[in-house]
Amino acid sequence: MASKRKIVAAVMFLLSLHLAILLAGFVAPYDPAAQNRDFPFAPPTRVRFVDAAGHLHARPFIYQCVARPDGIYEYEESRELRYPVHLFVVGPEYKLVGLWPSRVHLFGVEAPAQIFLAGTDNYGRDQFSRILYGGQISVAAGLLATGTSLLLGLLIGCVSGFYGKWLDESAMRLAELFLVLPWLYLLLAVRAFLPLHISPTQTFLLLVVVIGTIGWARPARLIRGIVLGAKNRKYVTASRSFGASDYYILRRHVLPHTYGILLTQAALLVPQYVIAEVTLSFFGLGLSEPMPSWGNLLANLQQYNVLVSYWWMFLPALALVLVSFGYLNVANAFHERLQSGST
Amino acid sequence: MNGYNLAQPERSAHGIYMQRLGCLATLFLACALSCLASSDPQPLQRGEELQTTDNEVGRYGGNLVVAQRSEPKTLNPVTAADAPSREVIGRLMADLIHINRASQQTEPALVKSWSMSKDGRVFTVKLRHGVRFSDGQPFDADDVVFSFQVYLDEKVHSPQRDLLVAGGKPVEVQKIDQYTVRFTLAQPYAAAERIFDSLAMMPRHLLEKSYAEGKFAQAWTLNTSPAEVAGLGPFRMKEYVAGQRIVLERNPYYWKADRNKNRLPYLDELIFLFVGNEDAQVLRFQAGDTDVISRVSAENYALLSKEAPSRGFELFDLGPSLEYNFLVFNLNDLKSRNLDKIANKQAWFEDLKFRQAVSSAIDRDDIVKLVYAGRGVPLWGNVSPSNKFWVDQALPHPSRSLEGARKQLKAAGFSWRGDGQLMDHQGQPVEFSIIASSSNAQRMKMATIIQDDLSKLGMNVHVVPLEFRALLDRVFQTYDYEASIMALGGGDADPNPELNVWLSSGGTHLWHLGEPKPATDWEAQIDQLMQKQMVELKYSRRKHLYDQVQELIGQNLPCVFLATPNILVGAKKNVANFRPAILEPNTLWNVEQLYFRQAGASGSGAAR
Repeated sequence: MASKRKIVAAVMFLLSLHLAILLAGFVAPYDPAAQNRDFPFAPPTRVRFVDAAGHLHARPFIYQCVARPDGIYEYEESRELRYPVHLFVVGPEYKLVGLWPSRVHLFGVEAPAQIFLAGTDNYGRDQFSRILYGGQISVAAGLLATGTSLLLGLLIGCVSGFYGKWLDESAMRLAELFLVLPWLYLLLAVRAFLPLHISPTQTFLLLVVVIGTIGWARPARLIRGIVLGAKNRKYVTASRSFGASDYYILRRHVLPHTYGILLTQAALLVPQYVIAEVTLSFFGLGLSEPMPSWGNLLANLQQYNVLVSYWWMFLPALALVLVSFGYLNVANAFHERLQSGST
Repeated sequence: MNGYNLAQPERSAHGIYMQRLGCLATLFLACALSCLASSDPQPLQRGEELQTTDNEVGRYGGNLVVAQRSEPKTLNPVTAADAPSREVIGRLMADLIHINRASQQTEPALVKSWSMSKDGRVFTVKLRHGVRFSDGQPFDADDVVFSFQVYLDEKVHSPQRDLLVAGGKPVEVQKIDQYTVRFTLAQPYAAAERIFDSLAMMPRHLLEKSYAEGKFAQAWTLNTSPAEVAGLGPFRMKEYVAGQRIVLERNPYYWKADRNKNRLPYLDELIFLFVGNEDAQVLRFQAGDTDVISRVSAENYALLSKEAPSRGFELFDLGPSLEYNFLVFNLNDLKSRNLDKIANKQAWFEDLKFRQAVSSAIDRDDIVKLVYAGRGVPLWGNVSPSNKFWVDQALPHPSRSLEGARKQLKAAGFSWRGDGQLMDHQGQPVEFSIIASSSNAQRMKMATIIQDDLSKLGMNVHVVPLEFRALLDRVFQTYDYEASIMALGGGDADPNPELNVWLSSGGTHLWHLGEPKPATDWEAQIDQLMQKQMVELKYSRRKHLYDQVQELIGQNLPCVFLATPNILVGAKKNVANFRPAILEPNTLWNVEQLYFRQAGASGSGAAR
């Protein structure tokens, strides 16, 4: 029971993260590419309940951020007016899930004040919005690459485990080759061969394909092991003697054994591939400006002065940590359940 | 006891004698050795015509450490084209007439005097007597003639050659006697003495052989033995460790002395570390590993200035540099190059109204604010406002206007689609890419700002970061680009070094290289004006001509000028005589005068 509750909790946590990312346009108060050139490197806006006079307010509010006249990129709050945080406000247009145009945002404040929950970058772009939109790229890349890897792994693992002989031999040697490949260098090399200005969508798909394709070896080996064990069970032999086809046996008797391992593998692979995308974008090999991805956002930290001066530029890393944590938690819960199921 | 006592002084006297003899021998040996290899300053000789400097008298000793972003490519003064090489070579070599970086005026260097004929064509220079190369060999008119022979040789491909050609003919160099050389120009040449600046005088005895064999371009690489590299600069080569550092030691024969007749330089060694990028330079300076830092970005300057009081260094904001950053569109002739996609877009780029629209849509003030953190100035022309002698004050500075830009685009036949995308008159969406050097964070930021500004006109702009050499290859060789952000200038305040950029035949005529004849009327006009100012000797008339050039450039926008950064430098407080300047090299131009105020307080330990 305990493990079941654990799974539910872990999955719920992960789902809420994904929902926020999926509905980025709604949750984010601003357009991720909109530059506020009067507010480069503005710190996160403080959401308050108590005003300057000491009065408590039920509705959270913020003070407007203004640039200090004497400093470079230094700001202070103008305490004259309170700007309450409203829910479901009308703001810049976006497309929900990329399909339905809308102007309603989860929260916001009245102009001229702006709410920057995670501060702004060098161009005064709202980092909270950029993290959410960036998550769409990074997490989608992770999910799609995982799908590619698992599909390839399942295919090769099944064929190799079920038919054996030279097919098995060659597939497994190839898998070993892929396992020892230093994937980061391979990715860098692949990217270097590509034409320079391909559109953002193409870059994205390419990233996914490259990341996903080189990761098939591990799931393939695991699945092959399970298929090897399953295909010699007595009911498989019985089924075969009744004249069942290979396809039928695979589908009915062998594949169900692999579901557990597939889920665990998926939960392990997704964060790994998200990090792979982040790494590539961090090195400037992923999507280019002004599209955000977590790697692009973190790439700001390559500049020494940003690294030591603006702590909120680390926040995209926090998002990355949360997502990785969510997935590993789920993987862990699955693993526990698999083990308790087997004993 | 007694006897022993008596014997003792005797023995000791003998001992002292022996010691003295030993001392003498060592001294003698040391003298002999020092004549061969030591880098201690040589005593002044009779008849040696030293230049006396007016700096604060310093003290000998100490190693000055500076960090360079990348490793120099060569030590050959004729073929060196990259900044790190020139920075090192500049300390190893000297020129006949030098531009004082602080005053921006010319002053005698290896020559003690020069005279110009009335028609401005004949230049006669008198060399200093008794000047020796850093290997001890004497320097005279033969070395001058040899050096100019090399610079003028077309087969050597020296980038400085263009400057030495006036009226289509190279300058004639003639030895009058051992210490007198005459230069004859085919036509008068404005500010002719300025062309001698940074033309290194090379030792004939070391380089004649490789020149005669036609291998001059391969001479003096980083791996050449230090004994075979000699110059007339304040330092000489000591050691090169690939990927790490270059160590220069004092040139013991240097031809400058302070007013107390101490031969310069004061420093024992000058060490260049190769650290990779600006952030690494800042970190090394912050840690105290290096003594001087040049060209800091505004953000890093702000960062360092917070720590300056506690860490014992000082920072200087010298005001706008002479460099100009600009956006340039590819207007090259692409007919034979199989670049149809780019050739199609050239129809837009060639339209002046299009370039004007781009120029008026770009928010230069925001570039200064976001890229240079306010430490810079916006530009509308190629001459920086800090170049007071030459900047055209009348040049208009139109403020940013998206409305004006839209009008211009409309007048040029562009229109807008329902979603705001700009379309040309053939119905093609306006979409192009801007390449910029990926290692230059400032230019990458400019590209991102321009991308956003132009998106407000409905242009779909992609920013493509490229490794710098790949970028140069595209701009200068393959022409496979649409627009690029680059920077030029910074060398000298005079217009003549700019000839290369603005003459339609120039090697840096970036937007349209290799024009057989001026492609447009205004380029032809600029050609004429630049040629005219080159032969005009009177400053006011030259200024008038150059003003016209600046106006033509401003009207026709072959480059969309963006901004120029302030020159920001720093040094440890104990580095004395530190006088940074706007002209390159900003900090080390008077390295021979630099010294450390307290003994052993340098960062020398760190480099070893």
